[in-house]
Amino acid sequence: MSDRIDHTLRTVLGDVLGLTPTRRDALTPGSPLFGALPELDSMAVATLFGAIEERFDLFINDDEISGEVLETYGTLLIFIRGKCAA
Amino acid sequence: MRRLIEIWPDSGRDEFALVIDRRRRHRVLIVPPLLAEMNRMRRLVATTMRALDVHGIDSFAPDLPGTNESAAPLFSQSLHTWRTAMERAARHFTATHVLAVRGGALIFPNVLPGWVLEPVSGAAILRQMVRARVVAARERGDHEDSATLIETGRTEGLMLSGYDLGPGLIAGLETARPLDEGQRQIHQSELGGAALWLRAEPGDDPAQAVRLADIIAGGISA
Repeated sequence: MSDRIDHTLRTVLGDVLGLTPTRRDALTPGSPLFGALPELDSMAVATLFGAIEERFDLFINDDEISGEVLETYGTLLIFIRGKCAA
Repeated sequence: MRRLIEIWPDSGRDEFALVIDRRRRHRVLIVPPLLAEMNRMRRLVATTMRALDVHGIDSFAPDLPGTNESAAPLFSQSLHTWRTAMERAARHFTATHVLAVRGGALIFPNVLPGWVLEPVSGAAILRQMVRARVVAARERGDHEDSATLIETGRTEGLMLSGYDLGPGLIAGLETARPLDEGQRQIHQSELGGAALWLRAEPGDDPAQAVRLADIIAGGISA
């Protein structure tokens, strides 16, 4: 399923992780993130959430950033959808 | 004359700068992004300097004291010492224009005409670095929270992403706003491609550097 949130989130992830458009578009809900992408260290996680806050005009509490949210592309997408709907 | 690394005198100590100097009329001082973002954008800055050279423009990218090749202790730096150092560098290199990149907008000599690329507040820089530390602590199974860390940082300083930041710098970052005063703001969308300061691994994008140099050259000849 592709929509604005999905598209924007792929773009942000691609920007932070330096993914090629092909790799970015190939992300599925089951694609593992944290632990699977070596680039995703704590600084990259902080940068990613800073960029997400900016692009989606959201505020995310540090406590909400967890390994579970970053487990797969799908879990991150669900989290962002929830924040956008709140 | 063209030298790549040149020494310039800051207060009581020499600092280094990346320099392309052929004694030409137009001379651009590049004030770099701060801390982690500087590493991510170093190559873009260097590539932009080479592109400016092609346009017949000299450029100078000084180290901020306490960073990169500088022998000064980072812990004793503040936005004030960086601002003073950038003023000195502007005089030393007889800069005619300035390009401030991201957090460089907090410390650049704004009496010079020029450009500010995607300026960012000090609070945003600090928040991101503190968040990285909170996330790293959680990965280790420890707990740290941002508010307490910043409070400690204000009085004792704080180690963030390997940077030993003193209380002066932490306190300064909390409230610092970009200083641009009539300089033209350049937005990332004008450069095409993804913002390199977001990139987890430092990258390069020569096409962006060429566009950035084109904007600067166009502004100078206008």
